[in-house]
Amino acid sequence: MAKHPFHDIAIVGIANSDQARVLEGHDSTTITFQAVHRVLADTGLSPSDIDGVAAGPFSGPLTYYMRNGPAWRNHMAPSIPIILDAASAIATGQCHTVLVAHGSAGVYTERASTAPWTRPAHEFVVAYGMFTAAEFALIAQRHMHMHGTTPEQLATVAATIRNNGHAHPEAVYRGRGPFTPDDILASRMVADPFHLLDCAMTSEGACALILTTRERAQDLPTKPVYILGGACDSFGPSYQHPPAWDLAGPSGRNNGYTGRWAAQKSFAMGELSPTDVDVCEFYDPFSFEIIRQFEAYGFCEEGEGGEFIMDGRIGPGGQYPVTTDGGTMSFSHGGAAVQQLQRVIRGVEQLRGTCATAQVPDAQVAMCSNGGAGALFTDVMLLGTETP
Amino acid sequence: MSEILQPQSPGIPLPVPTLFSQPYWDGCQVGELRYQRCRDCGVITMDPAPACSACFSPDLDWEVSAGQGEVYSWTTVWRPQTPAFTVPYVAVIVTLDEDFWLLANLINCPVDAVHVGMRVKTTFVELSEEITLPYFEPAD
Repeated sequence: MAKHPFHDIAIVGIANSDQARVLEGHDSTTITFQAVHRVLADTGLSPSDIDGVAAGPFSGPLTYYMRNGPAWRNHMAPSIPIILDAASAIATGQCHTVLVAHGSAGVYTERASTAPWTRPAHEFVVAYGMFTAAEFALIAQRHMHMHGTTPEQLATVAATIRNNGHAHPEAVYRGRGPFTPDDILASRMVADPFHLLDCAMTSEGACALILTTRERAQDLPTKPVYILGGACDSFGPSYQHPPAWDLAGPSGRNNGYTGRWAAQKSFAMGELSPTDVDVCEFYDPFSFEIIRQFEAYGFCEEGEGGEFIMDGRIGPGGQYPVTTDGGTMSFSHGGAAVQQLQRVIRGVEQLRGTCATAQVPDAQVAMCSNGGAGALFTDVMLLGTETP
Repeated sequence: MSEILQPQSPGIPLPVPTLFSQPYWDGCQVGELRYQRCRDCGVITMDPAPACSACFSPDLDWEVSAGQGEVYSWTTVWRPQTPAFTVPYVAVIVTLDEDFWLLANLINCPVDAVHVGMRVKTTFVELSEEITLPYFEPAD
């Protein structure tokens, strides 16, 4: 008997489609289908083995064209919350094998503006020129004011992650480095304190995962990776209200540390603590977010994140290697959702031990995350090769 | 001499008021920064909402802020959201003295003068027949 229902759910398939700044000859549907073909090949499963689909707007088309109905479905753009929904649907017997997929191509074409998904037309932000970088900058500046976190510390995060992407053969920005913190600081300012190279890039691509039961996973060729824990913290809608560090209700739990309570729940589910984590596949929309997450999740004390990430601790061979494929800064950033799924895909790759670059030796526990305080939410998943 | 921040020109994307935010935008047109206070628990709700963000009561009153406050956080933006915006511009979250946050842009201030704790006050700029935008400027 599993100690938590998630422990009976395994991720058995992972795939990335081609990733590029612009994918000629693709739209969002065709690139998503490419990722689905690849994830089926990864697991050796056929469409008739899939009885649940969570692929945002592609859920309906995939079920229709795969002819795998009647199927469980979820139409929300998939990221960690939807993976957890899929795991819950399997754990409660609504279905047994779920395909999760998303992709984006041909969406961001008006390059004089910031990407369309970064600038919702909400009445209290639209006329002030707000977009994702500015929202997250307001969080970072507050932390720098409170704790003295420095631009050099932010730049160290960005250089580390970009160097992971530099080395990764499938990263959109492969071979662009190597980068030093000074290179980051020398790039043009976008939204103070974020230089261009402190920020996510934009690209196109798709990815897919397959989840099934522990029992079914034993018959598949891939090494199963189990869900040890997962939970989600939200403080409201993204990019509509002031992204204040101290936003909180009567509980006192504040947006600045969004993700902390999801992490605590996740660690409890898996009977784990931060020191058990071998690899940190943290979401990296902006360099500061990595510093914030180490504090939020309890890897270090509040205000100490800036020092914590220095001296190689988060680089290859360090105590807590972070975002090992290059993340949204260098691997890919396909839109509103696909790159969030890619954090989990990389976590699975690390635990399978199949990373072509930056493989953490004998990695057994991976922590994956989505979101960030500038967007008023953070989602967390813990993955493992074994369950408690 | 550092550049002095200016309001944006007409042509930027403008707010579309909702049923419950319209009184806020009406206030801006007459030079008032309006906010809601709960008749049940007395706590301020901002941005405008259909219910109190402390006790969720639907019974909210409109009051007028003195428009004075201090910068809670800031960012100077050098890459515009769209080409309609002129850079640099500074986004600030201001803690008003009545104790609520408002996000806006800072103007009439040297670009490198903004800092957390800076005292600011509201100023209003008409951008269309329907929309007058609140901005902040240095208090003295």
